[in-house]
Amino acid sequence: MSLLQLQGVSKKFGQVVVAEEINFELGVGDALGIVGPNGAGKTSLFAIISGDIPADAGEVIFDGRTITHLSPAKRARAGIGRTYQVPRPFEKMTVFENTLLAAQQGGRSHGHKSYVLAYGALERTGLADFANASAGSMTLLRRKRLELARALATDPQVVLLDEIAGGLTDLEVVELTDIIRALRSDGIAVVWIEHVVRALLSTVDRLLCLASGVIVADGEPKEVLASDAVRSLYLGSKRVEEVL
Amino acid sequence: MIWLNILIQGTLIGGFYALFACGLSLMFGVLKVINLAHGDMAVVAGYVAVFLTPHLHIPEIWSFLVVVPIFGLIGYIVQRTLIQKSIDRDPFTTLLVTFGLSVVIENLLLEVYSANGQTVNIGAIGYESWHPGSIFYISYVSLGVLGTAVLVLLILQMFLSRTNTGRLIRAVADDREAAQMSGANYRHIFGIAAAIAFATVALAGIAYGMMTQFAPTSGGVNLLFAFEAVVIGGIGSLWGTLIGGVALGIAQQFGAHFNVGYQILAGNVLFLIVLAIRPQGLFGRKTALS
Repeated sequence: MSLLQLQGVSKKFGQVVVAEEINFELGVGDALGIVGPNGAGKTSLFAIISGDIPADAGEVIFDGRTITHLSPAKRARAGIGRTYQVPRPFEKMTVFENTLLAAQQGGRSHGHKSYVLAYGALERTGLADFANASAGSMTLLRRKRLELARALATDPQVVLLDEIAGGLTDLEVVELTDIIRALRSDGIAVVWIEHVVRALLSTVDRLLCLASGVIVADGEPKEVLASDAVRSLYLGSKRVEEVL
Repeated sequence: MIWLNILIQGTLIGGFYALFACGLSLMFGVLKVINLAHGDMAVVAGYVAVFLTPHLHIPEIWSFLVVVPIFGLIGYIVQRTLIQKSIDRDPFTTLLVTFGLSVVIENLLLEVYSANGQTVNIGAIGYESWHPGSIFYISYVSLGVLGTAVLVLLILQMFLSRTNTGRLIRAVADDREAAQMSGANYRHIFGIAAAIAFATVALAGIAYGMMTQFAPTSGGVNLLFAFEAVVIGGIGSLWGTLIGGVALGIAQQFGAHFNVGYQILAGNVLFLIVLAIRPQGLFGRKTALS
């Protein structure tokens, strides 16, 4: 059964096309990677799914319901979690307060249950020891984890991860991919935009390549990377894996 | 001794400025809206207290029990309709819309109640004062208003830092988009913040009516003082607003000591000095509300 479905989604900013007739489906518990050059419309696609920017045309269907005209808050409550490329924690609050807010609002939980949800999200992301630390004092890795924890605290069915491994060291990337793989086994679907292709390949079972707002390849990750369309986009004619 | 009296009187009036200004500070800190009709809303609250409460057969001193909740509700509704529509367009529109609201309110009040001064009649206690020393007269009403201001700021502070709703307000003030991504309906939160702001300004309007006479045009000058208190104290800092109000009050009393005409001038000079040497205000930080 499909969890998330985009039907003919298009979006332009002036003359710049960020999405043109985008169609794709995501099943429950699927893991989909998205690659593409800068300006391909990857983050805009997330913004359209999460409701930050309205689509010009097309429908977004989530869990059997058309959500195209729902507010971002309602989509978060419906089960769409999203992380930002540059983490945006509420810096003056503690780490726990950040996830508690998400658990109470996005997760629609109260009292004890909201504490369980919020603390659970911190445990999953390895932040439990920092629950009472100020979110503003976190390092980049921990901010990225907090970004993920806050999305998880909304009790999502799908998380949209925007370059969550970007800017981290190799070791940190490995730790983060372990966390993301664990989400899959909990039945949470993952859509992951990433330039760190190695991390992506170890986690997703399907890859989609965007360029100028158009899906140029979609399928098994290795095949997508080897496809002519993707190779010419990235490097002219060289094999993608040699460089990435 | 005379200087001590200036400090005391300045602090007393400063409490009123802080009470008047905290709603303005909250609206700006959370919604990033400068409500130019803030002063006029206070005046409306004064009129409601004077003309509505006699019908309810309760003493005017208790009128705030009725007027404050009404204004909270009005605040929520005005935010969710008029102000939110303006925010959706662009920040400049909110200035135009609240300015227009201010003009409409002033003229409606003039039309309905004329330019005559009104007071909230609280009986003899309104004129009595505590007389601890030869030159010291501490008006009970002013003392009550200062106490109310401190209490309101204390409750607001506790509410914002300790409750779930307060946390939501801080989150929305900090990063509206990220708050939405966490599932928070920011429009509703804005409504709550506006409700609190309107409730406090209603309190300030009634307090003003107990302290002195008010007329349809009283809002403007008080809005100016409230602005000065907020800027001196630091935008978005609640306790800064109290300190700002008190500093403004003392400066005004100091000016008035030399010449009554210097009262407002001295306050404005302090405001300009603070703007020149510390534009973020005495307790201001880069971002609003802490």
